[in-house]
Amino acid sequence: MKVSNIRYVTPLAMLLIAGSASAQQYGANPTLPEPDRGLLPDMTVPEPAEWGDQTPTVPDGYTITAIATDLQIPRQTLVLPNGDILVAEGSGGNAPQLKPKDFIAGYIKSQGNTAVESGNRLTLLRDENGDGTYQQSVFAEDLNAPYGLALVDNNLYVANQDALVRFDYEEGQTEADGPPEVIAELPSAINHHWTKAMTASADGEFLYVGIGSNSNITERGMEAEVDRAEIWEIDADTGMHRPYATGLRNPTAMAIQPDTEQLWTVVNERDELGPDLVPDYLTTVQEGGFYGWPYSYWGQHVDPRVRPQDPEKVESAIAPDYSLGSHVAPLGLAFSTPEMGDEFAEGVFIGEHGSWNRADPVGYKVVFVPFSNGQPSGDPIDFVSGFLTDDGRTRGRPVGVTIDPDGALIIADDLTNAIWRVTPDSP
Amino acid sequence: MTATVERTVRSGIHPLHAVLLAGTIPLFLGAALSDYLYSTSYHIQWSTFSSWLIAGGLVFTGFAILAAIIGLFRAHRRRGISLIYLCLLLVTWIVGFINALTHARDAWAMMPTGFVLSIVVTVLACAATWIGFSLRSAGDKP
Repeated sequence: MKVSNIRYVTPLAMLLIAGSASAQQYGANPTLPEPDRGLLPDMTVPEPAEWGDQTPTVPDGYTITAIATDLQIPRQTLVLPNGDILVAEGSGGNAPQLKPKDFIAGYIKSQGNTAVESGNRLTLLRDENGDGTYQQSVFAEDLNAPYGLALVDNNLYVANQDALVRFDYEEGQTEADGPPEVIAELPSAINHHWTKAMTASADGEFLYVGIGSNSNITERGMEAEVDRAEIWEIDADTGMHRPYATGLRNPTAMAIQPDTEQLWTVVNERDELGPDLVPDYLTTVQEGGFYGWPYSYWGQHVDPRVRPQDPEKVESAIAPDYSLGSHVAPLGLAFSTPEMGDEFAEGVFIGEHGSWNRADPVGYKVVFVPFSNGQPSGDPIDFVSGFLTDDGRTRGRPVGVTIDPDGALIIADDLTNAIWRVTPDSP
Repeated sequence: MTATVERTVRSGIHPLHAVLLAGTIPLFLGAALSDYLYSTSYHIQWSTFSSWLIAGGLVFTGFAILAAIIGLFRAHRRRGISLIYLCLLLVTWIVGFINALTHARDAWAMMPTGFVLSIVVTVLACAATWIGFSLRSAGDKP
């Protein structure tokens, strides 16, 4: 693995503004304070607010528009070869409440989410005449919390919360021919982290599916974690699977890097260790690699909450490549293209759903992590922000991000229940 | 002849008060035993049991506190001991509540504090119950 040797130098100005508390949150060597939870965990869940006539903030020279509204919890999108956009809508999970805490914390967290019912469907967006206005129609219904989407030739793969399924797809098709074929069952008992992120290998032979852990940090018992916190490699023809990488707490989005054909993922790390632990991260996924969960974080930092401990596993844990900051909750990942403009030509866009386990909310935006020579090369830059209001509420929560090869970033927002499209004014 | 029924001595507290008070020991003791089993087995189910047993203990202790306050106002003698009883119950509830928050930490994070607090709360509940049942005619006029 090529680890970049770049040192992320925090500019003095940043230090003056941010203070020492958040000295170095980003990059390959984030500052990791001592765990600090207190008697009560920090819980700040911004209440939903309306956009009115406002829109999210984008850099100068870019325009953002809502191309679809009134969706039913849009999570991930897929741009099809003819420019149509598929939207996976829904919400899953059936984790029972075990402790008194689960009832209270669950209620508080629900205040920051949409009240809309899970769509369990795919919506197709089509721009007939290229003027930037899209028509909405339903492509497929009766799915089970669909999330991951991938197109390989004429096969449209959808990762439901319990199974990987396949539709036949012809270019220009606006509605599925019928119910999908099941390719492989996916672990779905409890489904504390239910999202099944997915991307196809560069040659299309394999599908990589992210399976999140069944708890924050094993509080549902070790037995619940069999086949969890892993990325599976599934043979697209036979449905056979094997764990491709393990110890990834909640891999919520994956993408193949152009040129290198390397698999990358963003991972949501564990909560309740303090406001600046544990960093959520962006990383290359090494075949057979173990990334620490639950025994340790960021390499060999042992998590004392796990019993029995496993020193051998801790020893073998790989430190991830790049910290995005703790609690930002990355749920979307897409490699950029030169069509997105010079400043954003090389790097990744990351949709950050935003924090709950922090007094000062973080995330709630789409950031751009610049790359050079195929590796992250600087701090994240805000690309789409303005979701949070001045009075501590939020108007939207970004999830999946996808690049339209024509030069646009497509963003799913599961609080606004809309799809945003960001385009450079002069391509 | 007019029969006057006047109880001059009633040993112990009101039966409802007694039920509430008697419930505290098995609940808090059960939590302490569950904590012990979690600490030896690492089986998460025991810590879940503890959390609910403590919640139940807090409910019973809370109502026992109400009964003790009422008893305090109705007691015309031995007010001092009634006050000590009430204070013990209050301390039991407060330490029990801190213990409940400690048990809300994920997995092993509740250890060892949670286990220690469970033992302390059990001892407090025993002391409060001992004194509570020692009160004579606390709820009666002399």
